[in-house]
Amino acid sequence: MNIRIRQGAVALAVLATLAAVAGCAGTGAATVTSADYDKDAAAVMAASFREQGIVKTDRLTQDEVMVACSKFGHSLDDDLRERFQAAALAEVKWPSDGKYIGDWKEGEKIAQSGRGLTWTDKADAANGGNCYNCHRITKKEISYGTIGPSLYQYGKVHGNTETTQKYVWAKIWNPNAYSACTNMPRFGTHGILDEKQIRHIVALLLDPKSPVNAE
Amino acid sequence: MKNSTYAACVAASALMFATPALADATADGIAKYREALAEGNPAELWEMRGEELWKEARGPKKATLEKCDLGQGPGVVKGAFVTLPRHFADTNRVQDLESRLLTCMETLQGIPADEVAKTPFGKGEQKNIEALVAWISAESRGMKFNLPMAHPEEKRMYEIGKRAFNYRGGTHDFGCVTCHGEDGKRIRLQDLPNLTKGPDAARGFGSWPAYRVSSGELWSMQRRLNDCFRQQRFPYPVYGSDVTIALSSYLGVTANGTGESIAPAIKR
Repeated sequence: MNIRIRQGAVALAVLATLAAVAGCAGTGAATVTSADYDKDAAAVMAASFREQGIVKTDRLTQDEVMVACSKFGHSLDDDLRERFQAAALAEVKWPSDGKYIGDWKEGEKIAQSGRGLTWTDKADAANGGNCYNCHRITKKEISYGTIGPSLYQYGKVHGNTETTQKYVWAKIWNPNAYSACTNMPRFGTHGILDEKQIRHIVALLLDPKSPVNAE
Repeated sequence: MKNSTYAACVAASALMFATPALADATADGIAKYREALAEGNPAELWEMRGEELWKEARGPKKATLEKCDLGQGPGVVKGAFVTLPRHFADTNRVQDLESRLLTCMETLQGIPADEVAKTPFGKGEQKNIEALVAWISAESRGMKFNLPMAHPEEKRMYEIGKRAFNYRGGTHDFGCVTCHGEDGKRIRLQDLPNLTKGPDAARGFGSWPAYRVSSGELWSMQRRLNDCFRQQRFPYPVYGSDVTIALSSYLGVTANGTGESIAPAIKR
């Protein structure tokens, strides 16, 4: 692994030298590297936005996960992937009363709602989960997105066991726990949904009486 | 009326992904939607007004925009839209259609660019911009995207745009790439173009400006990007800021040669 990296670095250095020489032979203009564009992009991001309503410019601040996911997309190297997933699982806050299952009817409302945290939303408005934007969930709701997998019959397929409940809880709290750089938001970590709301969504997916499993 | 048209639009979007079970349920809506489309794209009204505005003496200098250079020489409108954003020597900036119009309005007509940039969408001079972009884009309808990349600043803005497209942040970890990085996806019933490659990039980028049935408004590309950032839970992109121009450079160059502009299109 280390040797491969070193060989790569040597190859890059040779390329850079060749490019520099080519630059000298040509117009004399300095060669612009990818790192230069990275710097330019950071400056442009910092200069192009202003605050509006409840949204401040600190929304642009990236943590290590965001930086890596922006750069590598879904194709992280294995070391980073394992580190991010372990860290995400370690920071999941489990339900304070040990109960994972809430009211699936409330869960359905949260899954339907796309409200919250935009500059046109109020600070005290309850955030939705945006779930239907990306997932098929119940049979009845035909207006669903396909960015995420279908969750229809999720509980029927996976069973309403404590293992499944824990998995679903963690997946909603911080989905990087199982899939680093997923498209799914970190609902618990970023405080988009609270413990009570997450409990309701777990019920929507796993409660045998929920239309996800009963219909 | 507006609501029923909207419902029909949503139903029509469903057709593209319909399972056999859904097809029956949406058939009526689709028929209604086709009917609505047959009546014509209301963007034509903005196009007519835009052409008038181009030739109308306005602003403190009481001048028309007929000497405005959109990259094809002063006054040349045909074909300009499919080559923007591009580098302009007089401003030494890469500009999209809207930031270029601000330059022309300021230099030729004496209308202060920063005041227009601060005006909310759909109000005052921004209404005039909507009409102008509708007409100017319509003058390139059916042409393939052909953005120049020879100038180092054009290459630089493309590279910045690519990075901005992939920039994930905010409360939801969203970036443009979250919704527009894969083939054949949709959000609710709305199909999402994969803007990282042609011809999807040409289909997506080449639809704006567009008439939006749901709001009865003509949305420019700046307004489209603004609302994308709102839904990403990002802060407010300044009108004509470099991030908006860089994104258009990335999308336009990605669309190059792969498809034709249909702007101003009609959208749900």
